[in-house]
Parts: sequence; C-alpha cells; structure tokens
Amino acid sequence: MSASAIIFYILAAIVLTLGALTVFTRRIFRAAVYLLLSLVGVAGIYILMEMDFIAALQIVIYVGGIVVLIIFSIFLTHQAGEKLPEQSRKHIIWAGVLASAGLVSTTWVIYKSAFKAAGIPAIDPSVRNIGRQLLDYTHHGYVFPFEIVSVLLLAALIGSIVIVMNDKN
Amino acid sequence: MEQVPLSHVLVLSTALFFLGVYGFFSRRNLVTMLMSVELMLNSININFVAFNKYLYPHQLEGLFFTLFIITIAAAEVSLAIAIIINLYRKFKTIDIDDTQTMKY
Repeated sequence: MSASAIIFYILAAIVLTLGALTVFTRRIFRAAVYLLLSLVGVAGIYILMEMDFIAALQIVIYVGGIVVLIIFSIFLTHQAGEKLPEQSRKHIIWAGVLASAGLVSTTWVIYKSAFKAAGIPAIDPSVRNIGRQLLDYTHHGYVFPFEIVSVLLLAALIGSIVIVMNDKN
Repeated sequence: MEQVPLSHVLVLSTALFFLGVYGFFSRRNLVTMLMSVELMLNSININFVAFNKYLYPHQLEGLFFTLFIITIAAAEVSLAIAIIINLYRKFKTIDIDDTQTMKY
C-alpha cells in the first residue's frame, strides 16, 4: 500500500466522520464548523487525484464563500450557543430507514459493476488545458454552458438582493 | 492514488451522499437542511472527478461538470440564505414546522 493510498483512507475517514458530526450534532454553529472541515478534507481528496484547480476552487468557493455565508445566516437567525430542539422520533426513523436503504442498495450496485480503469494516457488537467477547452467554441468546447451559467449566477445574486431588500412603504 | 480502486472512492461518495439525505429528512431547521444539501453536492463532485480520473483520463468532461456544479451551488446558497433571512424577518423562526402559511 503506497503512501497516497494510506492518505486517501485517512482523508476518507476524516471526511465521513466530520460529515456525520455535521448531520448529528445539535449545536448549529458546531455543525457549520464540522461542515467546513469536511469540505477541506474533500479538497484534500481532489489534490490526491491531481485535480489541483478543482481543489483550489473548492477551498475558495465552498470554504471561503458558502460556509462563511452559512455562518453569517446562523448568527442572524440564532442565539449564540443555543441548542436545537429535540427531533421527533418519527422523522429520525424515517430518515434513517431511507438513508440506510439507499446506502445499502447503491453500495451493492457499485460492488456488482466491474469498473475497468482505462489504460489511456491521461491529459494534463492544468489550468491552461481547462481554460482552452472551457472557452473553445469548435471542438467540444464549453463556451455556451459557461455563458449560461454566468448569466444564471448573476440572476441568482440579483434575485437574492431583491428578496432581502427592505420594503420602504 | 492508483492503488485505490474506483469502487472505494464511489463508496466514500455514496456514504457522504446518504449522510446528507439523512440530515435533510431528519432536521427541521432550514440552515441545517442547507448544510445537508451542501454535503450531497460535494459527494456528487467527488463522483464526477473520480470517474473522470479513472475511466476517461484523456478527457476533461467530469472536471467541467464539477465546475458547473460548484457555480450552481454558490447561486443556490445565496438564494436560499436570502429566503431564510426573509422568512426569519416575517416569522421570527426558521423551523419548517412553524412556517406553514403557504402549505396547501
């Protein structure tokens, strides 16, 4: 077992533990911090897979943007240090049954299917290659979805400003 | 990373996804439900990157899907938090059992 495999299993254990803590803890601020650390662990897995650009984006957008927004909204809507109320047993049982049934069936499907690793020489996932294909409009380029998603992001940002704007009258 | 089989990465992302599903259905608080959705989106991203890395290493398609999912996640979180804050102003709570004015 090589060093990268050992690091992968350690990171996977960390990500799963922190994800479980995010879901099970009753202190909402701690849940946000556990989520943040779990997302950092996922960025580590991307680095192990040599997807450095995606790992950087994960840190910048998820950790630097989304979790900070979530923590802001926690402080706007909760008292600090407040515990969430006890969840009803019915909801917990239904959610547990649903999640474990999905987990078991999906894991079974994964172990049934034989994925053969392709023996093709890999393309270098550098920022240069990514940018070239992202802005290409001839050879399977992604310039059209790129434009669509930028318009969507702009619309979502303006929409969220409009939603939280105070009514003056 | 070559010694780790693809199925182990897929099992990791499956477990993370269903942790998110559990949180989404058991929590009654909108912010914690949003966190569960983030966990689910992350597990999907791991899936796309792993398939790209193991099965189609001569292409970059999975990487682009991951890029677009991250963008959609940012848009989704900004809208969701705007809605949550607006809801808190009107009802003084973000528990979904107490905010049922528009139900039915």
